[in-house]
Amino acid sequence: MWEYTDKVREHFLNPRNIGEIEDPDGVAEVGSIACGDALKLTFKLDENKRIKDARFKTFGCASAIASASALTEMLKGKTVEEATAITNQDIANYLGGLPPEKMHCSVLGQEALEKAIEHYKGVSHKKPDEEIVCACFGVTDSEIEQAVRQNHLTAIEEVTNYTKAGGGCKNCHEKIQAIIDRVYDAVKPEEQPAARPKLTNLQKIRMIEETIEREIRPSLKHDGGDIDLVDIVGNRVLVATRGACATCQASQATLKGFVELKLKELVSPELVVEEVLP
Amino acid sequence: MKTIYLDNNATTMVAPEVLEEMLPYFSQYYGNPSSMHSFGGQVAKKISEAREKTASLIGAEPDEIIFTSCGTESDNTAILSALDVNPGRRHIVTTRVEHPAVKVLCEHLAEKGYLITTLEVDSEGSLNMEQYENSLTSDTAVVSIMWANNETGVIFPVERTAQLAREKGALFHTDAVQAVGKIPIDMKNNAINMLSFSGHKLHAQKGMGVLYARRGTRFSPHLIGGHQEKGRRGGTENTPAIIGLGKACELAGQNLIEENGRIRELRNRLESKILNLIPNVKVNGGQPNRLPNTSNISFEFVEGESILLLLDQYGICASSGSACTSGSLQPSHVLRAMGVPYTMAHGSIRFSLSVYNTVEEIDFVINTLPPVIEKLRNMSPYWTTDQGVCKNL
Repeated sequence: MWEYTDKVREHFLNPRNIGEIEDPDGVAEVGSIACGDALKLTFKLDENKRIKDARFKTFGCASAIASASALTEMLKGKTVEEATAITNQDIANYLGGLPPEKMHCSVLGQEALEKAIEHYKGVSHKKPDEEIVCACFGVTDSEIEQAVRQNHLTAIEEVTNYTKAGGGCKNCHEKIQAIIDRVYDAVKPEEQPAARPKLTNLQKIRMIEETIEREIRPSLKHDGGDIDLVDIVGNRVLVATRGACATCQASQATLKGFVELKLKELVSPELVVEEVLP
Repeated sequence: MKTIYLDNNATTMVAPEVLEEMLPYFSQYYGNPSSMHSFGGQVAKKISEAREKTASLIGAEPDEIIFTSCGTESDNTAILSALDVNPGRRHIVTTRVEHPAVKVLCEHLAEKGYLITTLEVDSEGSLNMEQYENSLTSDTAVVSIMWANNETGVIFPVERTAQLAREKGALFHTDAVQAVGKIPIDMKNNAINMLSFSGHKLHAQKGMGVLYARRGTRFSPHLIGGHQEKGRRGGTENTPAIIGLGKACELAGQNLIEENGRIRELRNRLESKILNLIPNVKVNGGQPNRLPNTSNISFEFVEGESILLLLDQYGICASSGSACTSGSLQPSHVLRAMGVPYTMAHGSIRFSLSVYNTVEEIDFVINTLPPVIEKLRNMSPYWTTDQGVCKNL
């Protein structure tokens, strides 16, 4: 049996705002009966453009019903802009948390909200380059990416808990892993082509700094090390090692094989890294 | 609040007579049955009585009974033993609707290089016999087909399938965890080599399994160690559990008539009233050839976990084949194998009765269920009231 909080149980047993609003300002249907849960959300604005009423219909388990009930309660009185900021984690928090395997119920709520707001604004939900990754549950790459980013997911199992992707035949596990890797490894393939615009010195310095900060330092810190950028002379990047790196026998290998490689890849292929004493 | 327990295919209450029989063997007669003193020897005598009672329930000889720790251990031991004694054969035949104790083991063996044929079932849950007959080859080491399905109660023609396996020189195992104690079984009249069952499904304690191995069937132990169970299963005997099981088997034998009479009627009453009161309902595997205590009913457009949790508010215990309750994201493999549509599969509820259920309990469920389904359908986006409303008694 799932360990539901009292608040989940209470919202399941006495769900708020069941139904459909006639002539709604925003409406969305997400999920499907094949997937085991589905949610229809409608909302109506008042004259001050605040959400006056929100209603839902849900096919699903106790946590799906409770999540939808919670969402409609959270929406009331908010402007559309304020509502846009609601995440699946907010829904889960409102309910005092959900079991990890049930987080997809809160994600379903957020998806419905996004779609309903898009409907209200008259913009299309479907992004042109979206690709279905999980065929069993019809989950797209951008949905997975959003869940990974928002909830800091690092494992396929977590992605399944939040989006259901990968919970069926498991054939898409490699693709899911690739999305996780892409999120944490900001290597963007389109930045790699050889025909790279020539950088000004100022641009180059800024990019080197950013790359060290974003791509290199977190990995080094993970192993207890760090580096400082001391100077940039032409294409020579002069760095000083700190922490564990300063005493590590392998620090030369790290500087050449990791730091230099990253800088060549992300800034300019001409760069060389040299160690200077602090 | 009174508990109305209709989940007896999951586990059962230990019968008061069983508990009474077991209690002295915890701290009073705690000797090791293998010991050379009469303090232990008196326990050995009780175990041999329990073995006789257990054998008697299924028409077996006492030395064909091997006590194990659970149904899963029995299933695993049987299949692995059959492969072990038939090293030249690499083919296993099983079905799509087996319990995980067989299904997942076979999937594991497939990864190890064994060839597995997984037999289909039709929409009523019955085996495709033609596919079965065609699947048997001179390479088939073992066939494992359950006697009765745990989710739907559908009974398989194991006696016939066992005969066909024997003709091909393959060993035949059946997972009879749900069948033993619910329907008459007589091992003298069939060709089944090995049969597994479990104590806690027939009012003995959990952690007690049985593997029947026919005399003359070659056997290779899974738990290797002491001489217990004639070297076929090492490990000091779980004496209170074995003694309790013996009593439970004796009671089950006595209760077979009631199980197939009064309990079948209660099940039929529950089923027919539900079909009558609630629209868009279907019985899964509702054929006559099924266990007398089991009913698997789908309520269209609502989800099983929600039904169970609302029934729980009234003390009613049942189970569901919906995705949310199976711990996976897909509905039960049994219902999917039967081709039950998703609109029905997610809303399936299994009621499984025992001799301890009363007509008052069944009527309470019949009264409670229609408003529960109505409440959930009213919040389902797929349900419109022109599809019908639930009637109350």
